[in-house]
Amino acid sequence: MSLALSLRRASIGIALGSTLLAAQAGEVTVAVAANFAGPLAKIGEGFTAATGHTLKVSSGATGKFYTQIQAGAPFEVLIAADDETPKKLIAEGQAVGGSNFTYAIGKLVLWSATPGFVDDQGAVLAGGKFTHIAVANPKIAPYGQAGLEVIKARGLSDAIAPKLVTAESIAQAYQFVLSGNAELGFVALSQVIGAGPPQANGRPLGGSTPTASGGQTFFPGKPVTGSYWLVPASLYGEIRQDAVLLKAGEKNEAAKALLAYLKSAPAQAVILAYGYGA
Amino acid sequence: MTEADWSAIRLTAELAGATTLLLLIFGTPIAWWLARTRSSLKPVWAAVVAMPLVLPPSVLGFYLLLLMGPQGMVGQLTQALGIGRLPFTFGGLVVASVLYSMPFVVQPLQQAFEAVPERALEAAATLRAGPWDRFFSVALPLARPGFVTASVLGFAHTVGEFGVVLMIGGSIPGKTRVMSVAIYDHVEAAEYADAHRLAAAMVVFALVVLVTLYRVNRPARDEAGAAAR
Repeated sequence: MSLALSLRRASIGIALGSTLLAAQAGEVTVAVAANFAGPLAKIGEGFTAATGHTLKVSSGATGKFYTQIQAGAPFEVLIAADDETPKKLIAEGQAVGGSNFTYAIGKLVLWSATPGFVDDQGAVLAGGKFTHIAVANPKIAPYGQAGLEVIKARGLSDAIAPKLVTAESIAQAYQFVLSGNAELGFVALSQVIGAGPPQANGRPLGGSTPTASGGQTFFPGKPVTGSYWLVPASLYGEIRQDAVLLKAGEKNEAAKALLAYLKSAPAQAVILAYGYGA
Repeated sequence: MTEADWSAIRLTAELAGATTLLLLIFGTPIAWWLARTRSSLKPVWAAVVAMPLVLPPSVLGFYLLLLMGPQGMVGQLTQALGIGRLPFTFGGLVVASVLYSMPFVVQPLQQAFEAVPERALEAAATLRAGPWDRFFSVALPLARPGFVTASVLGFAHTVGEFGVVLMIGGSIPGKTRVMSVAIYDHVEAAEYADAHRLAAAMVVFALVVLVTLYRVNRPARDEAGAAAR
């Protein structure tokens, strides 16, 4: 709801601002990966304030957007959950060559809704004290693929295979774990840092874990509890999330401005606060 | 067809078969009651039975996931009974499908029972047929076309079910990955050839089922009409 609210607020801001910026105020039609919709709403506010341009945002699965773009969907910018899709779109002439870049690096966590269930070394994986572990479909979701790599790196593929439940996306993996039907699962750090200082094994995780800026305000109404293990990046292939300018937006100054803004310091600060690497 | 595809087809047939059987067993008394009752609560219960038509399957699936989960009422009941938790199991899919396909079985049965003439039952009663005898010897044969329609619709609707299964299934091969989910997974992974194959199998299946329905049902209905006359 807050996303809709802030978008509405952003468009009101534009309505007011448009009298001042009438000459160059434009609109960008953006397709954004569901896991980045929250940060984009936040970034969109800053973008609109800075440039006067407004965003028309559709959020969903990157794979679906790929199919829709091939079928002529009028998106001007794709903010994807992987780096493969933008590359494919460029190769197929649907996106502008050289416009793709990595705006965020996804961080994988092994998360349980039960406090204290997941330790800060991920030893729970080998302990086997669970009947279901959720991963997003590894064929389509980079976080799902990364989760399987972690299981493999720990030499647990055979032991865990019968306990694996596959969600269609990390959003669904999150639901499986949140509802307790899967005791734990691999999701994105950005999904679980909503409720104040996150804890692993009763202790706050150090290092790259944002606390103050990653607080409740970003995910109102989304109570996140439990425990998680921030998986070391060495255990899985880097999850690069790339953005790209699509052919439909090639001549739209506002679309180019959005991509430039994604690389700016204020946008990168939001991205870090949401639990991504930059 | 790969082994995984065959496993999805087999699983789908098993799920639809089990669901239809259970719905005929539990749906028949519900439909009979709805058809015969003069209770003022009838519209309420008819509405409850029709509810799955209204709710989007993914929404229904989400609430089933919560209900059947460790904190949910159903989940706590099944755990107390020693059955364990239902999501991600074949049994869980059957329970969800029974709920989801309920109106497709109960409503044709209800209509068939409503069409059973009261005087046929009264005539049987004057011949000293008890209530059970009247039901099995008079009402059931007269309602046969309704049972055919109910079975076919219940079976076909369960085969075509997607959202609910997606939400509570977990796409486990051989356990919960039914045809519709397998097709979805193929499409999402851009494995269009595999998706086309399974989808074609589904279209052929649906055609066969529906043609059979209309073939079987028409003469049966004429018979029933003649019998009533």
